[in-house]
Amino acid sequence: MPETKTDPVLLKAENVSMVFGGLKAVSDFNFHINRGELVGLIGPNGAGKTTAFNMFTGVYRPTTGEITLDGKSIVGMKPYQITKRGIARTFQNIRLFSELTVLENVKIAFHDRIKYSLAEAVLRVGRYLKEEEAIEEQALKLLSIFHLEKQADEKAKNLPYGAQRRLEIARALAAKPKLLLLDEPAAGMNPQETNELTEMIRWIRKEFGLTVLLIEHDMSLVMGLCERIYVLEYGTIIAEGTPEVIQKNPEVIRAYLGGED
Amino acid sequence: MKYLRTNDLKMLAFALVLFAVLQGLITGRVLNSFWQLNILIVGINIIMSVSLNLINGYTGQFSLGHAGFMAVGAYTAVVLTTNFHVAFLPALLAGAAAAGFLGFLIGLPTLRLRGDYLAIATLGLGEIIRIVIMNIDHVGGAAGFKGIPHKTTFVWVFFIMLFTLFFIKNFVNSKPGRACIAIRENEIAAEAMGVNTTKYKVMAFTIGAAFAGIAGGLFAQCFYLINPLSFTFMQSFNYLIMVVLGGLGSITGSIAGAFVVTFLSAALASWPEFRMIIYALALIFLMMKRPQGLFGYMEITNHGIFRKILKGGRKHA
Amino acid sequence: MDVTQLVQQLINGISLGSIYALIALGYTMIYGIIKLINFAHGDIYMVGAYIGFFSITAAHLGIFPSLLISMIVTGGLGMVIEKLAYKPLRNAPRISVLITAIGVSFFLECTSMYFVSPTPRTFPPVFENVAFHVGPFIVNSQQLLIFGITIVLMLLLTYIVERTKTGKAMRAASYDVETAQLMGIDSDRIISFTFGIGSALAAAAGVLVGVYYNSIDPLMGIMPGVKAFVAAVLGGIGILPGAVVGGLILGVVEALVSGFISSTFRDAAAFAILILVLLFKPTGIFGKNVREKV
Repeated sequence: MPETKTDPVLLKAENVSMVFGGLKAVSDFNFHINRGELVGLIGPNGAGKTTAFNMFTGVYRPTTGEITLDGKSIVGMKPYQITKRGIARTFQNIRLFSELTVLENVKIAFHDRIKYSLAEAVLRVGRYLKEEEAIEEQALKLLSIFHLEKQADEKAKNLPYGAQRRLEIARALAAKPKLLLLDEPAAGMNPQETNELTEMIRWIRKEFGLTVLLIEHDMSLVMGLCERIYVLEYGTIIAEGTPEVIQKNPEVIRAYLGGED
Repeated sequence: MKYLRTNDLKMLAFALVLFAVLQGLITGRVLNSFWQLNILIVGINIIMSVSLNLINGYTGQFSLGHAGFMAVGAYTAVVLTTNFHVAFLPALLAGAAAAGFLGFLIGLPTLRLRGDYLAIATLGLGEIIRIVIMNIDHVGGAAGFKGIPHKTTFVWVFFIMLFTLFFIKNFVNSKPGRACIAIRENEIAAEAMGVNTTKYKVMAFTIGAAFAGIAGGLFAQCFYLINPLSFTFMQSFNYLIMVVLGGLGSITGSIAGAFVVTFLSAALASWPEFRMIIYALALIFLMMKRPQGLFGYMEITNHGIFRKILKGGRKHA
Repeated sequence: MDVTQLVQQLINGISLGSIYALIALGYTMIYGIIKLINFAHGDIYMVGAYIGFFSITAAHLGIFPSLLISMIVTGGLGMVIEKLAYKPLRNAPRISVLITAIGVSFFLECTSMYFVSPTPRTFPPVFENVAFHVGPFIVNSQQLLIFGITIVLMLLLTYIVERTKTGKAMRAASYDVETAQLMGIDSDRIISFTFGIGSALAAAAGVLVGVYYNSIDPLMGIMPGVKAFVAAVLGGIGILPGAVVGGLILGVVEALVSGFISSTFRDAAAFAILILVLLFKPTGIFGKNVREKV
C-alpha cells in the first residue's frame, strides 16, 4: 500500500498514565513509533510493559493522556475497534482458540475482511462460497510462512509451545494490521527457535510492510533485531535510543544489574 | 468450495427419505397416537436443544432460561391463532419474533455477566417471564390457556426442524458463527482479532431465543391446553440436559440428546420419580466420565460412512 | 400505608429473611472456596427438614434434640455428597461441576419423592405457639425461636471462622486454594468441612421452616435454594456478613411485596432484585471488584 501521508509517526502516546486503585502502573509515558520501524520495549518485571500494550490495544483505558494512531485518537475505543483501525497483537500468556484447529484459529482473524451477510451465510448463496474459499487459501498461505501448514487440521492446544507462539503471530497477521504488537514472542523458546523467530520477524516486516513493536526479555533478540529501544522502569521511561546507546546507558545498567530483578 | 453445496443437497436428500419413512409410519397407523405425539415432541425438543446449543455450546454463554423464551413463543402463537384466527405459520413466526425480540432486550444488558452469574440471571429472567404470564388473565393466568386448535402436524414439525438444523449448521460454519466460537474459546483473544464480542453474544442469544419461540408455538398447538407450569426452570434444565448429554458444541449431539431424553421419559412415563433418578445419576456420571458429552465437539458428518458419502474439502459441514 | 401493618410485615420479613440467611451462608461459604453454585443446597435444606420431621414424629424427640440431630446428619450428608460428586471434578471446567450440582439436586428431590412420597407432610406442633402483643404489633414465639436460633448459629459460625484454626484455614482457602495448600493447609479437608457446616446450617433452616409453616414436601427446597443464592449474590458472594444482610433484605422485600402488592409477585421480586444487582453491582453490597489479568 503506498503511503500518502507525510507524517512518519504511526502510533504516539503523550503523557499517558494508568492508575489501578491508587497504584500507578504507568506514568508520564511518552512514546512514538514511526511507520516501518521495529521498536523494542524492555524493562524489569512489573515495569508496566504489558500495561502499555493493553492501553494501546484498548484493553485498558488510560487514566490520563492521549494515544493516537495515524494522527487520530484511539483512547476509549474497544479492542475490536482498534483492531479494525490496524493494530494486532499477541499475548504474553498465549491466548489461542485452543479447541479449534490451527486453520480455524487463523480464519477467525479474517473477521473484518469478510463481507457476506448473515442471510448469505445461512443459505450459502451469494458471496459466501467465494469468500470462504478465498480466506481458506489466504489462511493456508499464512500458515506455510510460519511452517504450520502440515498441522493445519490439528487442534491448536496440541501444538508444541514454539509452534503455538508462531501460530499467534500468524493469526495476528491475518487481521491485516499496520502495527503488530508482540508480547514476549520468544518466551519459552530455545536459542535456536529464538534465532529462527528473529529471522521470521525481520522477513514478515519486509514482506507485509509492517511496523513492529515488541516486548522482550531476551536481550540478544532485542539488541539484534530492534532499531530503537525504550526502557521502562517503575512505569516511566528511563531511556530511549538505538541498541548501542541503550547498552551504554548507566541508568539502564543500574535498572538491570543493580536492581533487585 | 462447491462441495459444501453438494453436501448440503445430499443431506437434504437423506432428510427427505427419513421424512417419507416416518410419514409413512404415521399415515399407515403403524405408530399409535402416544408414539405419534412423541415423534412431534422429539422434533420440537431438537429445535430447543440445537438452539440452546448455539448459546451454551457454541458461544459458551451459560443460559438457563430457555423455557421462558419457549413460553413467549407459545403464548404469542396461541393467542394469535385462537383469538385472532391468524394462520398457523404467521403465528409461529410472530412467536419467534416476540421471543427473539425479548431475547435481544434481555441479552443486551445480561450478557456482560460471566459464567455462573449469567446462568443464575437467565434462570431468574425465565422465571420472571413465567410469573408475568401467570398474572395475565387474558391468557388464562395460572389455570392455563384453553381451547387451542390442534394445528401442529408432523410435516410442520419436521420441516421447521430441518430448517433450524440447516440454519444453525451453516451459521456456525460462517463468519458470525466463527466469531461466536472464538468468544467461547477465548473472549479476550476474540476481541483482539476484531470480534465485537457483545454484538455476537447478543446475536447468538437472539437467534437461540427466536428458535425457542418457534418451538414453543409448535409445542403449544400439539395440545388443547397450555399452562405456565410447562415452562418452569426445571424445563430449562431439561433442555440443558439434552445439550450436555449430547455434547456442548455438537449439532449431532443435540439431536441425539433430544432423542435419548424424550424417549427415555416416554418409556419411563409411568414411573416419573424413577425416571428423574436415572436422569440425575446419568448426569453426575457423565460429568465424571465424559464431561464433553457423548459427541464432544464432533459431528457425525465427519466420520464413518458419512465421510465417504460427503466428499471434498477438509471438514464436512 | 398503615404503619402498624408495615411494622408487622417487617417482623414477618425478618423471620423469613433469617431462614434465607441461614441457607445463604452455606451457599456463600461453598462458593467462596470452590467457586461452585451448589444448586443442590436447597435440597439439602429439604433433607434437613425431613430428618427433623422424622426425629420428632418417629423418634418422639423434642424440637432442640431434633434440630441437633438434623444438623449433624445433614452436615454428614453434605460431606458425603462433596466427596462422591464434586471432589472427582476438582480440576474439571466449572460448567461440568455446575451441571453435576444440578444432577445432585434432581437426585435428592427424586429419591426423597420415592422414599417419603411427593405429598406434603404436616410438621407436628412441637413448639407451642404463643402470640405476644407488643403494643399494636404481634410477635409469636415461633418467630422468636427463629430469631434466637439464627443468632446463636451465627455467633457460633463467627466463632469458628474467626477464632479456630480450622476457621483460619477456611478463610485462607477462600482467598486462594492453591496458595493455602502450599502453606500446608489440607484443602480437601477444609472443603469437606465447609460443606459440612454449610449443610448443617441449611438443615437448621429446614427444621425452622417446618415449625414455622407446618408443611414440608420434597420440592420445598427449590425456590428457597434459588432465593438464598440471590441473597448471597446481593450481599456479595463469598462474604459471610453479606449473606446475612442479603437474606434479611430479601425476606423483608418479599414480605412487603406479598403484603402490599400481591403474593403472586413474591418470587418475581426476588428475581428482579437479582437482575438489578447483577446489572448494577455484580459484586454485591460488600463485594470488591476484580478483573481478569490480560
